[in-house]
Amino acid sequence: MLPPLFLLLSGCNFVVMQPSGDVALQQRNLVLASMGLMLLIILPVIGLTLWFAWRYRASNENATYRPDWHHSTQLEVVIWTAPLLIIIALGALTWISTHTLDPFRPLGRLAPNRPIPADVKPLQVEAVALDWKWLFFYPELGIATVNELAAPVDRPLSFKLTATSVMNAFYVPALAGMIYAMPGMETKLHAVINKEGVYDGLASQYSGSGFSRMTFKFHGLKPEEFDAWVAKTKEKGTDLTREAYLELEKPSEGVAPRFYKSVEGGLYSAILNMCAQPGKMCMSEMMHIDANGGGGKDSHENRERLQYDNRRLEQGQEPNGATVPATGRPPRSEGGASEGDKAPHGDMQLHHH
Amino acid sequence: MLSDPDLYKLIFGRLSLEDIPYHEPILLVTFAGVAVAGLAVLATITYFRFWGALWRDWVTSVDHKKIGIMYVILAIVMLLRGFADALLMRAQQSMAFGANEGFLPPHHYDQIFSAHGVIMIFFVAMPFVTGLMNYVVPLQIGARDVAFPFLNNFSFWMTVSGAVTVMISLFVGEFARTGWLAYPPLSGADMSPGVGVDYYIWGLQIAGIGTTLSGINLVATIVKMRAPGMSMMKLPIFTWTSLCTNVLIVAAFPILSAVLALLTLDRYVGTHFFTNDLGGNPMMYFNLIWIWGHPEVYILILPAFGVFSEVTSTFCGKRLFGYVSMVYATVVITILSYLVWLHHFFTMGSGASVNSFFGITTMIISIPTGAKIFNWLFTMFRGRIRFEVPMLWTLSFMVTFTIGGMTGVLLAVPPADFVLHNSLFLIAHFHNVIIGGVLFGMFAGVNYWWPKAFGFKLDPFWGKMSFWFWTIGFYFAFMPLYLLGLMGVTRRANHFDDPSLQIWFVIAAIGAGLIAIGIASMIIQFAVSIRNREALRDHTGDPWGGRTLEWSTSSPPPDYNFAFTPRIHDLDAWYDMKQRGYERPREGFKAIHMPKNTGTGAIIAAFSVAFSFGMIWYIWWLAALSFVAMIATAILHTFNYNRDFDIPADTVVRTEGERTALLAARA
Repeated sequence: MLPPLFLLLSGCNFVVMQPSGDVALQQRNLVLASMGLMLLIILPVIGLTLWFAWRYRASNENATYRPDWHHSTQLEVVIWTAPLLIIIALGALTWISTHTLDPFRPLGRLAPNRPIPADVKPLQVEAVALDWKWLFFYPELGIATVNELAAPVDRPLSFKLTATSVMNAFYVPALAGMIYAMPGMETKLHAVINKEGVYDGLASQYSGSGFSRMTFKFHGLKPEEFDAWVAKTKEKGTDLTREAYLELEKPSEGVAPRFYKSVEGGLYSAILNMCAQPGKMCMSEMMHIDANGGGGKDSHENRERLQYDNRRLEQGQEPNGATVPATGRPPRSEGGASEGDKAPHGDMQLHHH
Repeated sequence: MLSDPDLYKLIFGRLSLEDIPYHEPILLVTFAGVAVAGLAVLATITYFRFWGALWRDWVTSVDHKKIGIMYVILAIVMLLRGFADALLMRAQQSMAFGANEGFLPPHHYDQIFSAHGVIMIFFVAMPFVTGLMNYVVPLQIGARDVAFPFLNNFSFWMTVSGAVTVMISLFVGEFARTGWLAYPPLSGADMSPGVGVDYYIWGLQIAGIGTTLSGINLVATIVKMRAPGMSMMKLPIFTWTSLCTNVLIVAAFPILSAVLALLTLDRYVGTHFFTNDLGGNPMMYFNLIWIWGHPEVYILILPAFGVFSEVTSTFCGKRLFGYVSMVYATVVITILSYLVWLHHFFTMGSGASVNSFFGITTMIISIPTGAKIFNWLFTMFRGRIRFEVPMLWTLSFMVTFTIGGMTGVLLAVPPADFVLHNSLFLIAHFHNVIIGGVLFGMFAGVNYWWPKAFGFKLDPFWGKMSFWFWTIGFYFAFMPLYLLGLMGVTRRANHFDDPSLQIWFVIAAIGAGLIAIGIASMIIQFAVSIRNREALRDHTGDPWGGRTLEWSTSSPPPDYNFAFTPRIHDLDAWYDMKQRGYERPREGFKAIHMPKNTGTGAIIAAFSVAFSFGMIWYIWWLAALSFVAMIATAILHTFNYNRDFDIPADTVVRTEGERTALLAARA
């Protein structure tokens, strides 16, 4: 039974166990160290369970039988201290690693024993989870891409993440652990890729119909290859204007990579502040008003401009989690996907308060 | 007349004929199956003229034993539904690779995984646990019923109403597509318009009322109704774990009710508690739902720990090792279970110190849990282990749960969680502890207490079949998911691109098939045992050589449980009584004061289904009418003064005399 199993296992890509970025590697090491610590107690427990079960089976008359033995202070001490010691070790490991591997914390190194050279600045990437594709801005380079991410090897990456409709999570297993991307909020992730290659990236928080296909490729490139990739994007790409963005933002699934040679100024900030749509008030503006004591009764007029979640219903696109009768089609029918262009149903707004 | 849309809307709300999925082959077949089976059951009841007895002896019963049995029946019925969902998911995921889309589009698949989670937690695990506690706790503490017998009946029927509400969504409309915790903003009015999330909300809200009330009831029972002499440190360990579980229920379920109420306001009234815009904060929902959700996990597992303790001690023929440390471990787990909720979303971006705090508190729970495992281990040490079916489940639990515990502690390390969160590794972990812990515990409990409830043992052959197929099936179904998680595969996907993953999903599907055989074996076990009940009959009331009070009664126990309230002198009261040469009392019986059955609980619960249906479909007149009817029925019930009766002394003398004679004849 074993050889075919190994054959099966060797054919697989255990990316979490064999990552290519230093952060993911440290996380892998932590998984292994924690497992090792716990196996110190888990293996003896499983072994003892099976051994005792066999040794003290009713048919084994030779085994000692002490029906009234139910307490032993020495054993109790061992029972409580053994797990306690392991948890103290694991707790210390947890405290240290959680702080060193905090995704919000800038990297301290490129790889073991390889500090970051003083002249190397992190590459900034602003990632937005749309329905259902990823939009990546490279603010320093002025370009943007959809469903394709590239980065030079051995250069720190500094991600800012947000989303447009529901909660999501950004995850490139080979690069670093995941972090949520949430509408109207910004999370951060620091990472570095150490090996060239093409890696899988995905959305790892369920977000509606197109969730399974919200994947992208992450390219770890040599610095000169990365420059070529940027040049190609600039050459082949189109302009990401506000209008182009609003078209892109509509729900779609399994989108092929797209490239933008330029980005309208302040677009990421507008997305983050939920005011990319014309006429909407930016959250930052509202927060500013609030910080100055609020807008009083006049601010009621802003209400309309601050409503954001209802845009799918207003634009006639099927919202992420719509069910009968709001979907306007028969229950559980085929074609759950509603791409922007094939969005049906006039009666959606009927059911909206 | 109905061509007028306003009038139509007034009468039917947003419900129309199109909302019934009559074009959907899977559902048509399911519906036909349910309808045929339902008609067969109805016909049988009518043929045997069982309607009257069903109403008088079961539906209206306030007897904790009957209510306990009905809870377990509900759990098993719903297990079949939840497991059918599991089979559909396994089938879909084992075929949907590359160009093959499988047979479930996302729209349908999303409802299935949401329903699976909701049903398995709320309508399988919870009724199982509550059912066992209901049946066993009063017997273990020498009480004649729970503290509030009518409330008990009401709680049960509210749980049924919740289950019925969720089941209606299968045939009328659709269920939520949000996952089993319905995270906003996805579950909000703007992102999830339609009836799906409303079915979720009202199903859980109604069942949650039942659960909270049943928690209050059992806490009061255990605190106030113990037999004289049974101090807290002489409480049977299952009752201890039940007490802790019910304290958790009382403290945690109101949070669920509150958070669902807030979501309801968001959806129905247009508030903005959890929206993205206008000051809403979806992260608040994550926190609130998990402040209920994490204690919920311990609500489920603690009674299972109790069952394992009773089973280990009984089948090893030995007093439980380390009773005191077992009790303290349970209490520590109860308290700590409130301090760990954030580990469900380390990846939401809390600071490192907050994440470490919740990670470390989570790990600390593994210390008392580990102590428990050791206590079972040293109960086996120098025992005489009889490998009856309940003990087999316990051994399988000890090995399986240890593995699940280890992966759980691993997930409690925040940076490790960053690479494993939301992956199939996580799915494997919680199925590992919920199947390997809770379900195995419930199966052990059913096999252990069945002879008490029905007077005959369960067939051991089919019990062992069920045990082996479940255990082996579990490993086949979930070990591949651990591996897939390490390959970076996320949960809730209905389609994959990488064909090299397929083999693991196929293995997992085979595992699910083995579990299906395990479930079938269990049902066959019940059927075979009922058929052969005379051969399996137990006249002693104590077939296993039990140690706690429930084994001192006849099987099944008389309506009043105990003719005389026993006096307790030691832990393992019945073992103690047996050691001291207990003799049955032969005289001095008195009439016994008992509560009368009432249909109020079932009637209010039926109105609650109508109420939630009205709310879900915006049929406001129905919702208003049934709400008024619920309140009116409850008020009317307070005018019912005919709510108790006495079992005459003659009846008690006869019942007890028959049993004494029977035991003497056997001796």
